[in-house]
Amino acid sequence: MSPQIRLLDAGDAALTVEFGDAIDPGLLAAVNALDAAVERLARAGGLPGLIEAVPTFRSLTLLYDPLLTCRADVEAALAPLLAGAGETQAASGRHWRLPVCYGGEAGPDLEATATAIGATADEVVALHAGTEYRVYMLGFMPGFPFMGDLPERLRLPRRAEPRLRVAPGSVAIATGLSAIYPWESPGGWHLLGRCPVRLFDPAAAEPSLLAAGDCVRFEPVSAAEYARLAAAVAAGELPPAHWRPEAAAGGGR
Amino acid sequence: MSAARPIGVEVLSPGAFATLQDGGRRGFRRIGVPWAGVLDRRLMRLANALAGNAEDCAVIECFDGGLQLAARGGAVRIAVAGHAALEIGSGEARRALPAWRSLTLAEGEVLRIRRMERGRLAMVAVAGLAPPAVMGSAATYARAGLGGIDGQGRTLTAGDLLPAAAAAEGPERVLPQPPGGDAAPIRVIPGPQADHFSAEALAALVAGEYRVTAEADRMGVRLEGATLAHAGAAEIVSDATVPGSIQVPGKGQPIVLLADAQTAGGYPKIATVISADIPRLAALRPGEPLCFAAVDVAEGERLARVAEACTRELLAAIRPLYADGVDLAALYACNLVGGVVHALGPDYRPLLDPRPQPADPKRSTL
Repeated sequence: MSPQIRLLDAGDAALTVEFGDAIDPGLLAAVNALDAAVERLARAGGLPGLIEAVPTFRSLTLLYDPLLTCRADVEAALAPLLAGAGETQAASGRHWRLPVCYGGEAGPDLEATATAIGATADEVVALHAGTEYRVYMLGFMPGFPFMGDLPERLRLPRRAEPRLRVAPGSVAIATGLSAIYPWESPGGWHLLGRCPVRLFDPAAAEPSLLAAGDCVRFEPVSAAEYARLAAAVAAGELPPAHWRPEAAAGGGR
Repeated sequence: MSAARPIGVEVLSPGAFATLQDGGRRGFRRIGVPWAGVLDRRLMRLANALAGNAEDCAVIECFDGGLQLAARGGAVRIAVAGHAALEIGSGEARRALPAWRSLTLAEGEVLRIRRMERGRLAMVAVAGLAPPAVMGSAATYARAGLGGIDGQGRTLTAGDLLPAAAAAEGPERVLPQPPGGDAAPIRVIPGPQADHFSAEALAALVAGEYRVTAEADRMGVRLEGATLAHAGAAEIVSDATVPGSIQVPGKGQPIVLLADAQTAGGYPKIATVISADIPRLAALRPGEPLCFAAVDVAEGERLARVAEACTRELLAAIRPLYADGVDLAALYACNLVGGVVHALGPDYRPLLDPRPQPADPKRSTL
């Protein structure tokens, strides 16, 4: 077991495997690799009583039923997986291209962000859309992706005054991360634009569009194109695979 | 008109707060979806067993009393688990009766949770209640519009009609000796971020008395009491939370996370309430005091097994209840008569049991 890995107590029904305490692509790869190994082991019947595993930036938490298993058994089953953990290359996530209408009503903080970093609005869009992001984790609310890393120049602290209402689909940045709000909610991130793609669909086999480890690129679209796409999404004409170039081309699942 | 109406119960008032819940939604925490589900599974299982449902059927979970239900379209069997004072009928015809038993509401008859005698949670099972499952569960998760009466996360409101089954023949059921109160400390297991706090913080958590603030709901319970000082920064890179996580924001006052809490968070978590004690914590009313005690993982696991054994004993103790009282022979056999007096109380009246009244005067009173 790599010396940085720690097993942390999370009650009588969960255990957290901690890889570090940073937002870092290397940690993401290690977390994703263990997550995949745990899923394989559970499918093979090697983790009876496991309810689910939750990957985050820094850790994988296993939630289990203490009436069906116990900490000692979970740890024993994990030991062989941890022996090789932390030394894996980046996981192969799916690739997404998501349209974003930047600025104006869709992105009320675009101008202020440009001013804050001493750039033009177009430069902010070019920086944001010119980066490929990894989904570190989902959380805060269902389907909410924490994606990184933002280019250094775009890194700003959260807004001093959080908004009480952020529109669903808002594409936002704060610190080293970017996100998309799947739902209307309060929020303290800087809103650069809006994405018409549905991020969460409870009726779908996979309710969340994005998964930890996926890669995301944003593609600037006009307000008119945004409206057209939003209408098509609402009409159910654009399935999730539409936003994955390799799947849309017939190359993926 | 009434003959054609679907059978069900109408919510005349949800009281303080009421939702449909079941055992919860598993498997989606990785995409940010908490389990939701009842805050006290034992109460759900007992209410369902009393009503004649499978143990994990959806129930109405209500806070702080005030819930009022009326049978529509026919007679409906209902059972309430929780320390609730009930009332049936309306106007002059009101009768008080205890919880921990099933009862059959005739069409139009009203059941009210008058008040909670202890705690704030009651589970109401309705025979045949089967709301639609969303992502594997009917549990209401309002924040993301999942589950509940409409499948879109709506909490119960006056006028809602919950489809139910026509009341079955046969005696009502009673739990002769309901679970007692327990003022013991809430047991916690230190971690996962106990090392983010000062050496004194864990000692302060278990030595001090805390009080439940007004911010106490299905997401969590904010406490006030001894300040828990962080050793370093009061924020961490986000890490998974679990039901029972005690997170401590910058001001040092703990928040215990419950069924609807977000699945990850950026505050250090000093300890985790053991699964066996989460229902007791969730039932505390704003203003009530509590204290914590630290245990290790093995003890937490043992207490989970003890709690489950206790629940199974309670389920096994459920007995038929006849119009003239209870099946005395069965109760004597189980040595539970002391509990019968408690369960039925001085204001017990037989409900709408179809069984004929017995003539034997020895059995006409309990």
